[in-house]
Amino acid sequence: MNKSGAVKSYSLLLTLLFVVLIAACVLSVCVGAVKISASELWSIITNRIGVSSHSGFTPQQEAVLLNIRLPRVLLGVLVGSTLAIAGASLQGLFRNPLAEPGLIGISSGASLFAVMMIVLEHRFFSFMTSAFGYHALAIAAFIGACTTTFFVYRLAVGNGKADITTLLLAGIAINALAGSFTGLLTYMSTDEQLRNITFWTLGSLGGASWKTVTGILPFVLISLVTLPFFSKSLNALALGESQAGHMGINVGLLKKLAIVMATLGVGASVAVSGMIGFVGLVIPHILRMAFSADHRLVVPGAALLGATVLVLADVIARTIFAPAELPIGILTAIIGSPVFIYIILAERRRRGIGR
Amino acid sequence: MIEVNNIHYSAGSAKLIDGISFNVQPGELLAIIGANGAGKSTLLKLLCREIQASTGSISIRDQPIGAYKLENLAKFRSVLAQSNTLSISFKVHELVMMGRYPHFDNQPKDNDIRIVKAVMDETGISEFANRDYNTLSGGEQQRVQLARVIAQIYDQPQGLLFLDEPTNGLDLLYQQQILVLARSLANRGYCVVSILHDINFASRYADNILILKKGKRIAFGRPREVITQENIYQAFNIQVRLLNDDAFNCPLVIPAMMVSEQV
Repeated sequence: MNKSGAVKSYSLLLTLLFVVLIAACVLSVCVGAVKISASELWSIITNRIGVSSHSGFTPQQEAVLLNIRLPRVLLGVLVGSTLAIAGASLQGLFRNPLAEPGLIGISSGASLFAVMMIVLEHRFFSFMTSAFGYHALAIAAFIGACTTTFFVYRLAVGNGKADITTLLLAGIAINALAGSFTGLLTYMSTDEQLRNITFWTLGSLGGASWKTVTGILPFVLISLVTLPFFSKSLNALALGESQAGHMGINVGLLKKLAIVMATLGVGASVAVSGMIGFVGLVIPHILRMAFSADHRLVVPGAALLGATVLVLADVIARTIFAPAELPIGILTAIIGSPVFIYIILAERRRRGIGR
Repeated sequence: MIEVNNIHYSAGSAKLIDGISFNVQPGELLAIIGANGAGKSTLLKLLCREIQASTGSISIRDQPIGAYKLENLAKFRSVLAQSNTLSISFKVHELVMMGRYPHFDNQPKDNDIRIVKAVMDETGISEFANRDYNTLSGGEQQRVQLARVIAQIYDQPQGLLFLDEPTNGLDLLYQQQILVLARSLANRGYCVVSILHDINFASRYADNILILKKGKRIAFGRPREVITQENIYQAFNIQVRLLNDDAFNCPLVIPAMMVSEQV
């Protein structure tokens, strides 16, 4: 057995996942109400970068591709990869296979603030709208995500150390509290506000534009670039906190950094796309089951597979009931839950429990 | 190599470690024995710098342990904790490679790969190198963990190895194998500190024995000097008989009668 071979096979696997992601993106930009064939796509691209002047496409196709499809696919890539990479990192950090970004309050905080913005905007938050315009909702959600996560983290810190069990419990408590306030606001809302709230909580990539893509890009990039660097430490953490400490890892710093990095990206993602469940939870499990539990594969691999899955889910979401659009969060839950149940059963069989 | 000078450690009002001093030289195996709650694990945690002594000093290689960076300490000092559960299942060879983590940044170097292979051969776990750790038996898991901590300091002459009850829950053969391995590491120049439950194993394999009771040092020295009826009675509150056997350089300890049985 050759261990450098294992490392080589990781890079091969990641390359393969990358190719699949590109294929999913190409499929996604071509499919929709305005169809674009592969040759037309090629022709638009070569025309734009100026290597060819032959135009085998209609101006309408070009406009749809550049203004609608491309930002939407890119948003899918950014959101999907961030949710999954954060899920993989937090599962490693919490030493718990059920961990996902929602657990430490990111999603509930974002939705509380978003709902607050929708319901109370006219009374209290008009300054937000005048300052940030269209992006006010996203910014409020982002602030909410960071605020709740900070609260959850503060609750779990004693003597400068964050206790993971307390962190999980504090997450449950704060999630419940944020959920109850969200419920209260929902109760107060008008019919139109209720529609907005529902739409936001179900999750959608419908708000995609170049503005949203460039808006979340810096936050998402921070997550995507930094989190893979924690892979080795997360492997060591699987042995236990003190064991990781004996191997020279500053566990306290690792926890703090990983949580901040995950929150930045996920907070920004949730802010523009609402709550899209199961991507952060299921994608890392699929990689672990299919290949290896090594975080050096699972963390970057989750980003690639998460992006692929969300891009493909979005193709289905916007074509299955066309011209109507299915909220993508519903779709990821419909696909994700059975997959997750299958993973649980397979894991049980593998460990020989309950035969 | 290790100098411990009059250290104290309290949790609340309970004095867990109360004025303990001892030293360990390179090439020595020190066994720490004592009843439950005697402070053995606390002492080991202090030596690992997991917790800090309130007074007194601990130095390693002539430097106070507080002066080391965590990652530098990990390069020559490894620790086998008492319980080792894996939250995510790794292959055996992946786990042993984790021992080399302090020595490489992202990808293992050839030297690391060579060491992992050598350690797996030495600890007799090569045959299940590709098995899932969580599918192994307790004894096999313990040997894998031991291989991991040895791999961490394998190329460090005069490295430090701390073991917390390494034979816990193992059958006699594995207990023997692990202590023989610890002994051979000490013979190679490592400094090995191990908490042990079995007094006879301790006196058979250790150079020095430290006996603790309620955070205090009952005795410290060569097995022949410290394994006495009186010390054992003080530390464990049991009467023992000492038997001389030609094969051992110190008497064997056999429980005679419980204190309560005498009444």
